[in-house]
Amino acid sequence: MSGDAGLMTVLLAMFAGAIRVSTPFLFVSLGEMLTEKSGRINLGLEGTLVFGAMSGYAISYHTGLPWLGVLVAGICGSGFGALHGYLCKLPKVNDIAIGIALMLFGTGLAFFFGKAYIQPSAPRLPSISFGTWSEHPGVRQALEINPLFLLGIALAVFLWWALKNTRYGLTIRTTGDSAPAALALGINVDKVRLLSTMAGGFFAGIGGSFLSLYYPGSWTEGLSSGQGLMAVALVIFARWNPIACFWAALLFGAAGALGPALQSIGISRGYHFFNAAPYILTLLIMIASSSPRRSLKGAPGELSITK
Amino acid sequence: MSVTQFADPEFRAIGVETLGMTKVFASLTALDDVSIRVTPGSFHALLGENGAGKSTLVKCMMGFYQPTSGTMLVDDSEVEIPNPRAAHACGIGMVYQHFTLVPSLTAAENLVIARADTPAVIDWKSERRALNAFLETTPFKVPLDVQVSSLSAGEKQKLEILKQLYLDQRFLILDEPTSVLTPDEADEVLGLLRGMTEAGELTILMITHKFREVTAYADDVTVLRRGRVVDSGRVQDLSVEEMSRMMIGETEIRESAARVDQPEKALKLELAGLFADDDSELPAIEAISLKIHAGEILGIAGVSGNGQSELIEVLSGQRQPTDGRIFVDKQPYEPERDQMDRFKVFGFSEEPLKNVAVPNMSVAENMAFRTFDKAPISPFKGWLSPPPMRKRARELIAAYRVKTPSTEEPIENLSGGNVQRAILARELSHEVDILIVANPCFGLDFASVAEIRAQIMDQRNKGAAILLVSEDLDEILELADTVAVMSEGRVTYQSPMTETDRATIGHAMAGHH
Repeated sequence: MSGDAGLMTVLLAMFAGAIRVSTPFLFVSLGEMLTEKSGRINLGLEGTLVFGAMSGYAISYHTGLPWLGVLVAGICGSGFGALHGYLCKLPKVNDIAIGIALMLFGTGLAFFFGKAYIQPSAPRLPSISFGTWSEHPGVRQALEINPLFLLGIALAVFLWWALKNTRYGLTIRTTGDSAPAALALGINVDKVRLLSTMAGGFFAGIGGSFLSLYYPGSWTEGLSSGQGLMAVALVIFARWNPIACFWAALLFGAAGALGPALQSIGISRGYHFFNAAPYILTLLIMIASSSPRRSLKGAPGELSITK
Repeated sequence: MSVTQFADPEFRAIGVETLGMTKVFASLTALDDVSIRVTPGSFHALLGENGAGKSTLVKCMMGFYQPTSGTMLVDDSEVEIPNPRAAHACGIGMVYQHFTLVPSLTAAENLVIARADTPAVIDWKSERRALNAFLETTPFKVPLDVQVSSLSAGEKQKLEILKQLYLDQRFLILDEPTSVLTPDEADEVLGLLRGMTEAGELTILMITHKFREVTAYADDVTVLRRGRVVDSGRVQDLSVEEMSRMMIGETEIRESAARVDQPEKALKLELAGLFADDDSELPAIEAISLKIHAGEILGIAGVSGNGQSELIEVLSGQRQPTDGRIFVDKQPYEPERDQMDRFKVFGFSEEPLKNVAVPNMSVAENMAFRTFDKAPISPFKGWLSPPPMRKRARELIAAYRVKTPSTEEPIENLSGGNVQRAILARELSHEVDILIVANPCFGLDFASVAEIRAQIMDQRNKGAAILLVSEDLDEILELADTVAVMSEGRVTYQSPMTETDRATIGHAMAGHH
């Protein structure tokens, strides 16, 4: 194998891998972004993600309809979001503590109900071929794009537009930036946050269903590798901007694809190190984007971490 | 309503009247049979001390509170105001003391979201056109496309008023609208509002404690004290002395300590070229160089947000300066506990519960913050002995007349004036060489204010070097020997008090735009 072809293979594998790996990041981070825009942090999205993966897989297995699985995963996610939103409304309840509790609760519940679905195989989501024009099998394979990725891009653009140009968008931003101002406008702060957290949970649930229904494409208990938690770092990195969330998710996806891509051309030295790339990236981003001397720029004013 | 109002289509102001408004909270009668009448197109001032019931009255009018008894009339017909929305529907709007704008939204977004009928999808082109047309009809000018967080305080206040006008509220309640403005900005805003009342477009009820604003802008005044109306009438019929006597009543106010001439003026505290950044890493203070001598009060005037709080944080060790030095007695000084102790540096500030006290620790513990690691409270290293701490606290409570049920009461349960007295006791009951004070009287009643100012003057007369940062220009004028003005993080003006006046300082506060 010549060096050029090797590089080409790695780049194609990383491109395909970035799209694959970034999809759950994209959904979870958009969900987290929306929740945080309303002024709360939902750390429970990791649990939502795992439960979404399990429920989506189970529905797809029983009905043979993977898209129904995606929908149910989203609805389950909204359920977790509603629980978070309701609990945080109670006096003296901290959203971060509730988030951690729900993370453990969601994961545990998914493992409990998911035991039966570890063996059977369920229908998976189809992919869309954009590479039919090419002779090169590598290019063809790389351009097998999963539909959820495209949906995620559309969602990112829609959220970006909606936050600026709709009443709901302005209401969410108002609530997240200044609860007293929102109250003065007659906005029901708890309701806005509840609905935003539910919508965020919906997206995270869809992100989870991607894991079990597309890539890796089956339900196991080790399915998630912390995407739900890394999404929180990703949202900070993206400065609460949906479009930036997309690019950040792609970057994390590419980092995650690095290890397998190198392995595909036979470089297995440092495999585990390269697999750790997303975690190292998270750490580096958190260090680079924080400072003892300044507060986070662009952060919604009501977030408990910025107060 | 008079006939002229119907004759003139431009006359849109409405009148509001309260009859026998009473509000009882558990054990406290905050409002006692308050009747005020604000005629359409008038500029009505509501005067009173902190705790006199002004806020309670307007909150009842706005529907935030339900009065225990009493009724409200709008244009002479009785109305029910169960919530703020109902008040808005009657055309009554309020501009709060603290801004209710959303910092990360632009001015235009803030106006549009404030509307009750914001469309689900906003067509910014037509909204922009409508907003520009609306701005043409008002004397206030504010840039629409800038994030509110980057507007000046004066612009924010104008935008708050614009928001109420945009919502077509024709009766505006203003809660101390000028507390964050420079004197020039205040005159501009109040002048424009005055013009609108004279044109019959607006009625204004303004809460204030500044007599200057009452005499310059208001037609009528109502004075409240302890929840009751003391008097109500035309401003022109009342003198400032009469109004102030009505506000304070029989409360005994401590005489301000006389200024004693200090013979020797040794240099005590020197700030040399201090720079520091704010929380977004932008420069907050730049090249602050000041000298304060023993027995001198240096007053720093300025509108809040011009770097004063960052300066205080640097001096008290809460913020790292990026450059510059501090010298005490010509020796380098770092604001650390042992050096504060050695150089006898003390200080206190506004809202002590937030800034210099631990709210849920006891009064005795809070009073021991300067001494808990020394004998007798700490006889051995790391060992704390409560009895001497309580004994010391009892002495201080008696000496500074702090009203508290016991030394073990959490300090947050005390009233504002008593918390500040407790802190004063902690900071001033030693030999003080340097005192750093920020807005010490913010939000306190007259008696406490007079007490605290007299204590500061006492310390000056005993030879302490005092740095007093205050947003209240009157406080600076009363206390300071030397005045410095901070604007946009720099000291833009400095003068001995004898060679300057209110107007000059006021212009310096507005900066050199």
